[in-house]
Order: sequence, then structure tokens, then C-alpha cells
Amino acid sequence: MLAALLILFPLLAGLLVFFVKGNTARNLALGFSIIEFGLALGAFCLFKQDPNACMLSFDHVWVKSLGIHFSVGIDGLSLLMILLTTFLVPLIILSSFTTDHSKPNNFYGLILLMQMALVGVFMANDGFLFYVFWELALIPIYFICLLWGGEDRGRITFKFFVYTLFGSLFMLVGLIYLYNHTNVDGLKSWAVQDLYTAGRSLAENQQSAVFWMIFIAFAIKMPIFPLHTWQPDTYVTAPTQGTMLLSGIMLKMGTFGVIKWLLPVVPLGLEKWGGTAIALSVTGIIYASIIAISQKDFKRLIAYSSIAHVGLISAGILSANQQGIQGAIMQMLAHGVNVVGLFFIADILFRHTGTREMDKLGGIRGMNGNFAILFLIILLGSVALPLTNGFVGEFLLINGVYQFSATMAALAGLTVILGAVYMLRSYQKIMLGERNDSNVAFGPLATTDKVVLSIICVVVVAFGVYPKPLNDIAEEAVKTIMLNLK
Amino acid sequence: MKGLLIISGLGILAMLAEIFKFKKLLFPMVLLGIVAAYAFNFMEWKTGMSIPYFDNMIGFDKLAIAFSGIIIATAFFWFILANDYFEEETSLVDHFALVLFALVGALMLTSFKNMTTLFLGVEIMSIPLYVLAASKKKDIKSNEAGFKYLIMGSFASGFLLFGIALIYGATGSFDLMQIRSFISEHGADMPLFFYVGVVFMLIAMCFKVSAAPFHFWAPDVYQGSPTLITALMSTVVKTAAFAAFMRLFMVGFAEISSVWTGILAGVVALSLIIANFSAAMQNNVKRILAYSSISHAAFMLMVILANVRSNLSVNALIYYSLAYSLGSIAAFGIVYNVTKKGNENVDAFNGLAKRNPSLALCMAVAMLSLAGIPITSGFFAKYFVFTAMIGTQYKWLLIIAVLTSAVGVYYYLRVVIAMYFKKQDTHEPIAIERSNIIVIVLTTAATIAIGIVPGIVAEMFEF
Repeated sequence: MLAALLILFPLLAGLLVFFVKGNTARNLALGFSIIEFGLALGAFCLFKQDPNACMLSFDHVWVKSLGIHFSVGIDGLSLLMILLTTFLVPLIILSSFTTDHSKPNNFYGLILLMQMALVGVFMANDGFLFYVFWELALIPIYFICLLWGGEDRGRITFKFFVYTLFGSLFMLVGLIYLYNHTNVDGLKSWAVQDLYTAGRSLAENQQSAVFWMIFIAFAIKMPIFPLHTWQPDTYVTAPTQGTMLLSGIMLKMGTFGVIKWLLPVVPLGLEKWGGTAIALSVTGIIYASIIAISQKDFKRLIAYSSIAHVGLISAGILSANQQGIQGAIMQMLAHGVNVVGLFFIADILFRHTGTREMDKLGGIRGMNGNFAILFLIILLGSVALPLTNGFVGEFLLINGVYQFSATMAALAGLTVILGAVYMLRSYQKIMLGERNDSNVAFGPLATTDKVVLSIICVVVVAFGVYPKPLNDIAEEAVKTIMLNLK
Repeated sequence: MKGLLIISGLGILAMLAEIFKFKKLLFPMVLLGIVAAYAFNFMEWKTGMSIPYFDNMIGFDKLAIAFSGIIIATAFFWFILANDYFEEETSLVDHFALVLFALVGALMLTSFKNMTTLFLGVEIMSIPLYVLAASKKKDIKSNEAGFKYLIMGSFASGFLLFGIALIYGATGSFDLMQIRSFISEHGADMPLFFYVGVVFMLIAMCFKVSAAPFHFWAPDVYQGSPTLITALMSTVVKTAAFAAFMRLFMVGFAEISSVWTGILAGVVALSLIIANFSAAMQNNVKRILAYSSISHAAFMLMVILANVRSNLSVNALIYYSLAYSLGSIAAFGIVYNVTKKGNENVDAFNGLAKRNPSLALCMAVAMLSLAGIPITSGFFAKYFVFTAMIGTQYKWLLIIAVLTSAVGVYYYLRVVIAMYFKKQDTHEPIAIERSNIIVIVLTTAATIAIGIVPGIVAEMFEF
């Protein structure tokens, strides 16, 4: 029941917020999202006591004749993803308190609906339901970007929508193909385990076709080179909160999808084409890092760094071993928190100085020391320095890729160096050096800004020093997944 | 059957209204009549018996009743929508009668059991529409539409008749079931001209459902006709034509499917490609919706092509017809109200979200449904088609369908972007009748409702 509630609550909350006027909407939305986080923590405690508790799953027939169920459940992997989602959404809402959005009721209503769809994606145990939530997540974010985005948003959000929908339709065909091969007492079924069985019964060439059909949807969402071209523009144009949702959580839909809905389904397809997909991911790492180095706009730089990070995550998952997948999960959590922090910093910079171009900034450390420290901590998390949250995941990831191929690992490892280059350089340009004449005084931060940044910094350090609670869940989860892979 | 009789009666009644001076009463009478027709239709569904009428010329089996239900319900919404349009027209009574007779033809098409009733249905439905298409007498586009529709429609009718004649020559019967049993008895011995007849009928039906390459009339006719007549064409007429198509080919010619499926696959592929790419290049909303209707026709033809366990196909086609009709009624209702000033281009929708937020929301839902995005009914409609197709040999068509669907999103989203993103030229609020609002909101709500619980429609026929 708790599982269904986790989906139902943000849905109702979102619909309610649509009808509230003015700033009450955002306060309500914040309250609701914190309650949702509380629910997720409740699920966490329950899971700790008994991972098979019946509160953690829910199953109800949706369309009987077609074997479609409204079937959701929480396992280790989805628990972590839900914790990430429900933790980030209140932060994202809080981060918007210093910006005045027109029609706040619609803005926050859409964010909560988005949360509903995201949580649904992570919990769905029915292939059809998964697809529905997957698509549903697209609609609120599309409108968030279209209505509150920056310049030229019509064209850019449009590209984003068509790109992702294009991939999704292929995935739908792939899933229906699997569904058509299921056979449970003569009937067809959408249940995840039945789809696994159906997928494995296919011949190698069929599995390869299904592999690409489904992978293309996930690859676009993450995005993997060469399907990434929608991403930088969309990230830059979207309002900060939209970018945070896109990069912090929505991107994880893709990586999560590969772990749960691709690897166990087509093992032969993976064996044949996994290497190619890893090569693409690794190409993306290097390509995006090099572009990031030459960026002038800070927000765009983070967008490219995100492509590099997700490339490594994807390579780790596709190498399909314990370390790779576990590292991917840890890195998904860390990246979610860090990238939201970085985009928030870009937003703060823009609000205080009116520009995101790094050449025009400089010497901000002298004007606001606290901000400089908070920025540095998040940045180090992103570079994956030991004792920050990024380290555990990145280490495991490279280890995982190494088991697959040493060359790939060596190339993927470049992300550590290149990442440090562009991140530290941007810090140097923005925060250090001479104070630039063109920018006005960088005043003290607003309280809500400070709260958000501090919470993120605490998380960065806390889970860097003591990642065990999350790591244990991830390890157990991956062990179950590995059973499915054999 | 009673529904068919009631609506015929209403048509005659409408013609008398001018003479006996009860014009004011006509509208409520028609609405009541349609509700009664729906109720009788529903009762016939409940009893579930298929009684043949007129020497087995017409028969209302469950398939016919289901399609009739969709047609009558759509007509109900359409009449409410068209109320004030009728008031503006001088010759109100003629229009009422014409639309009602077109409905009679549509109902005949859902229930024909004999080639003659098929032809009668096609003609009774089409002839009033030729007139209605040209009913904006002083508008040259409307005249063009009526004229084109008449010429092309007659051409198609010619094909249909010729096909029927050839088939009669080969089998010696007009009766659908007798033709079918004749085919299964004689199998390979059929003369060549029989197959020519089948292909001619296929061409004629493709004309009627406006599938490429027989679609050329559709954009001009859709654009030129008064918007509400276009709405009628793309919902009632289309549903009826598909009901007929389905019965003719899935029942009548099922045994020789190898003859026509290949051609039909080509038609589907062409329709998908031509319709979606042409629509992407249009500026006129009505032309966009015309091409969109061609693309939806291709999807519905795919169901007929797949012809898997037949109840799955039947359910899929019924669901698709309903979803498409609901989405179209909502979309055309809004287009009608927004384009009243004369500008029919996409930019007429600029800033609609500011001028009338709820109308813009309904339009967005209608567009997303036509584009096939969850959780609207349009998504399930597409899903059922995909499910029906995946088991067949025509998987390559699915790939085309997926690729062109992505193109389709482009032109549907253009309207959404215009509404939510483009700056408006005027701040004038849109004058819209309350009755129109009710229809638009109801159809939009229904679009979402049958998307959330598709089972109520998609499980009408057990399998």
C-alpha cells in the first residue's frame, strides 16, 4: 500500500496545488514534497526490517484481457532511486524561492506531477505501466521548459520532445515484441519476470534487435553519444528547476532503465552489442569532456560534464558485473545530488551578476567567502575526490569497466583527469583571480539559498565519509540483479 | 435497427419543419431523437441477437451495434456543437435534413449484409455531404470543396459499382455471406475478373477512407468545407467507412486475404509517409487535421491488415474509432471557435493559453491524444494497433509507423507551442457558446477517461 501511496500522494498534491493562488502554492508544494520524502524514509525503514514486506508492493488489474496490471513494488534499486527523487524534489522547490515564477500554481503543480511520474517509473513492475510512466514524465517537464524557459525555448523544447518520443516509440515496439512472446498458461503477460523469460527465450538476432530498440530510448534519455544533441540546449534553456529535474532525476530514468529493463531481458543481445554500446559511452565521455573544457558559459559546461558522467555510468552498467552496476548506482545517487548543486550555483551566479560567462566573472571569493566554500565542496564532489560522495561510485565504475576491457577502462579513466581540468578551471575563473570590473558586488546569499547549498554540501561530505548504508543496499540489490543476468 | 429508423424519421421530420412552422422545435426534437436512437441501440446490444432485416440486406450484429453507437454518440456531440452554426445559416432546415440523411447512410454502412446496401449506404452518406461541403455558397473555397468532393466521390462510386458487378459476375450473388461461402468452395478456380473486382472495391473503399494514393481530395475538401462539416467528415463518415471496410474485407473477402493484403500494405505505407510529411509542411490547421486524418486512416487500415484473432482487431478498430472521433470533435470544436474571424492558420492559435486557458488546455489534450501520448486514449489506440501488428509479417510497417509518428508529433506540437509560447496578436477574449464549451470539455474528459480505463471499450468483444 505504501508503494501505491508514494505515487498517489504527489498526484493528488500536484492537482491540489494547481488550484491554489500565489505563493501559497510554493509553500504547499514544499510541504507536500517533504511529506513525500517522509513517506520514502518510511519505506526505507520498512525495507531495512523486511525487504519483502507486503506494504512495499501493490498490484491491481488494469486491463484484464491484455494482461496489464497496475503493479508497483520497491526493491533495493528502486528504493535508492526513490530516496534520491524524493530528497531532491523538496530541494528543487526550495531553490526556486528566490526566483519569482509567473503562475506559481502551475509551475509547482507540474513539478509534483513530474515527481509522481518519476516515482512511478522507478517502481513499475509491469512493462506497460513502466512505459506509461516513462512517457508521462515527459509531459510536465516539456511544459515546464516551454512555459518558463529562456530564449528560443519553443524550438529547443520541441527538439527535446520529439527526440525523446522517437526513442520511446521504439522502446514501445520492443516491449510489445517481448510481450508477444510471453506465455503464462496460454495468456500473455506484462509482468517484469515474464518479460525477462520471454526475452531470454529469443534467438540471438532477435535479442539484438530488441536490445537496440530498447537501448535507443534509454540512450536518448541519458544521453549517450551520438544521441546527445538535444541535451546541452535543453539544459541551458530550461528554467533552473527544470534543468535540475532533467539532470538530477530524469537522466537516471535512462540508466535505471538499462539496469532493470534491458540487461536481464536480452543477455545474448548484450553479449553481442554491449561492447559497441560501451564504446559509444566512452566516446561520449571523452568528447563531452573536451567540449566542456572549451565552454565559456558555466551552465553549458555543467551540461556537457553531465554527458561525460553519464557516459561512465552507462559504461559501468553495460559491463554487467557486480562492481560496474554497483558503482553505477552509487554514482547515480552522487551525480544526482552534485549536479543539482552545480546548476543551482550557476543560477545563483546568474542572479547576482547577470551573466554566466566565466570570462566576465572573477574574484567572487573575495566578496562572499561562504559561497566560495560551499561551491568548492560541491565541485570536489563532482570531481570525485576521495571522501566526497562521488568517489565511491567512480572508483567502482572504473573497476567494473576494467574487468570488461582494460583499454576501455583506461579511456574512461580520462574522465577523472579531464573532469578535474574543466571543473577546477571554471572555479578558478569564476571565484579566484582579479575582481572583474563589469560585475557588480556579489552580496550575501538569501537564506533559502544557503539552506539548499548547505544541505547538499552535508550530503556530499556525509556520504563521502560514510557511504555504507547506501552502499549496502546497492550491493544487495546488484546481487539480485546479477542472479537475473545469469 | 430501431436507431436507423428513428434517424430516418427525424430526417423526414426535418424537411417538414419549414412547411409546418416548427423550426424552433426542431433542434430539441433532433437531440431527443438521437438520444432515443442511442438508447434503442444500447438495448439491442444488451439483447445481443442479430436479426436480419429486408431479406438479409441489413443486420445489426454486435459489430454493427458497436460502430452505430460510436456514430450516434459522435453525432449527438456534433449537433450540440453545430447549434449556433445552424442558426447563422438561412436554410437551417435543409442542413438538418442533409446531416440526418448522411447519418442514415453511415448507419447502413455499419450494418450492410449485401453489396447493394453497401452501395446505397455509401451514396446516401456521400450525396448530402457533397452538398454540405459546398454549403458556404458565397465562398469560392467551399464551392471548390463541394465540386471536388462530388467528382472524386462519384469516381470512387464508379469503382465500387464496377467492382460489385464483377464480383456478382463471378459468384452470382450480392450477399456477403454467400460470396464468402462461394469463395471457400471454389478456392483457386475463381476467374481473374473476380480478383479485379476485389481490387476495384479496395480502391473505392480507400477513396472513401482517404488513404494514399487516393487521398488527394481530402486536404482541399477539409479546408474548403465549413469547419463543422469537416468535423462531421472526419468523425462520423470516417468511422462508418471503416466499419464498412472492416466488414467487407475481414468478413467478405477474408478467405482471399493474400490477394489484397499486399496492396493494402502498400497503401498503408504510402499513407503514413505522405500524410505525415505533408502535414508537417502545412500552415492551415484544417489542412493539418486533414493530413492527420489520412495518417490515422493508415493506422486503422493496419488493424484490418493485421487481422489477427479477429476480436482483438475488432476491439482495436472500435477503440481507435472512438478515440479518434472524440479527439477530433474536441479539436474541430476548438478550431471552429478560434478561426471564426477567418484566419485558419496555426498562428490563429497564438497566445490562446493567455486568452482562454481552459480552451488551450482542452486543445493540448486533444493534440496529445491525436499524437498518441499517454495517458490519453490516442495512446492506447496506437498501442492496440502495434500489438495487433507485431505478430504479423508486416513488422516493417511498424517501423514506418513509429518513424512517421515521431514526425506527427511535430505538427501537433506546433499548435501547442503556438498556444503556450507565441505572443498573441489580439487580447480579445474568444466568444464561445456555452453549449460548445460543454461539448469540448466533455469530449476532452472522455478522451482522458477511456485512456485511464481502456478496458470498458477495449474489452467489448471477448476473446
